[in-house]
This record gives sequence, C-alpha cells and structure tokens, in this order.
Amino acid sequence: MSSHIEQQTFDPWLAIVNHQQQSDISKQFGATATFIGSMRDFNDDANVSHMVLEHYPAMTQRYLNQLEHEAKQRWNLLDTLIIHRVGDINPAEPIVLIACWSAHRRAALDACSWLIEELKHQAPFWKKETRKNGERWVENNTNGL
Amino acid sequence: MSIQVKFFASLRETIGVGDTTINHAASAGDVWDLATNKAERPINVLVAINLEYAQFNSPVQDGDEVAFFPPVTGG
Repeated sequence: MSSHIEQQTFDPWLAIVNHQQQSDISKQFGATATFIGSMRDFNDDANVSHMVLEHYPAMTQRYLNQLEHEAKQRWNLLDTLIIHRVGDINPAEPIVLIACWSAHRRAALDACSWLIEELKHQAPFWKKETRKNGERWVENNTNGL
Repeated sequence: MSIQVKFFASLRETIGVGDTTINHAASAGDVWDLATNKAERPINVLVAINLEYAQFNSPVQDGDEVAFFPPVTGG
C-alpha cells in the first residue's frame, strides 16, 4: 500500500508501472483497476482556466492511509496506490490516481470505486477555480454522474 | 499549553487568518467563538480535533489541534 501527495504534475500511467515493478506482487495479480481524475476546462457551464488545490497536510495523509487500510480489510486486495495533486493545476492535468491490484477483477473494481468516493467525501482537499470573471471556491462535489 | 487553531480554504479567507492559538476552551464550539471573536458560523462548516472529524460539542483540551474548514472537494 502506498499513498502520497504530489506538488507537481505527474504521469499516472508511469506511476502505475513503476509501482507495479517495485512491488512484490508480480505473477500474483490478475486484475488492476484504476481511476484517474483529471482537471476539466469547465464546471457548472463556465470555462475554468486554472485551479489551485489546497489541503490539510497531516490530516490528508492520515485519511489516505486509513482509506487504504480499510479497503484492504473490506476486499481481498494485493496492493493499492493513491496519488493526489495539490498546488497549481491546469486543465487536462491529473488530480488523483487510485490503483488497486487483486487476484480477480471484482475486488479491484469495487475497491477502486469505493476509494474514490470515500476520498472525495472525507479527505480534506479544497479546489479553487479561476474563471473569466475571477476565482471561486468549489463548494460541493459533483454527483459523479 | 494552548490550543492550536487552523482555518482552511474559503473559511480561512472569510475569517482572515489561517493559524492562531487560544489559551483554553471546553469544546470545539468554544474554540470557534474564541478564535473568531464569535463570528457567525456557516451552517456547513466542518471541524476536526487532532486530525479526526469531530462535532462542535466535542470536548477539547490543552495541546489539541482544532481545525475548521468547508465541505471537502478533492478527487
């Protein structure tokens, strides 16, 4: 299990490959489920040119660790990886990566889905968008649909 | 000893301070009143004591870290 905060943009696909190569689960996993959340250039029908992601560092890391532990208790997972950006973010850049490895597909798929929903509702991150008419704090998560 | 108080995101901008300390309080609600000079509390404000979500009537003690912030919007 591994989770960390990134201050700079990162390549989520490379992070998955690197994590897989460094872990000792090769030849054990039959399923890898991933979620990558990226910045859109719109929100609520308005153009968004830039975003700043703030967090509460100590509490964020504590929650990411707790979520990984709970996921591993709920599902038969071999490994998990969570990376979340903070700081200045531009459209198309990744914000969050969640990857779950398991022997069979259902555990990895269900855990990955659960982890992103829990993260969005518990981990203390806040987005501030820059729009044509100024900056605004995002007040609610989208419903995901 | 004292209580460390933190405000994040839009709440930090509204209150005008990110970090402060107070000498003594009985509950998280008292911490809010003392740290903000009894500013009106937004209905959706969340509170954490020592990095765990708590309630405004949760007790606090010297040495605690109490944080106030708006609903989270990560991911």
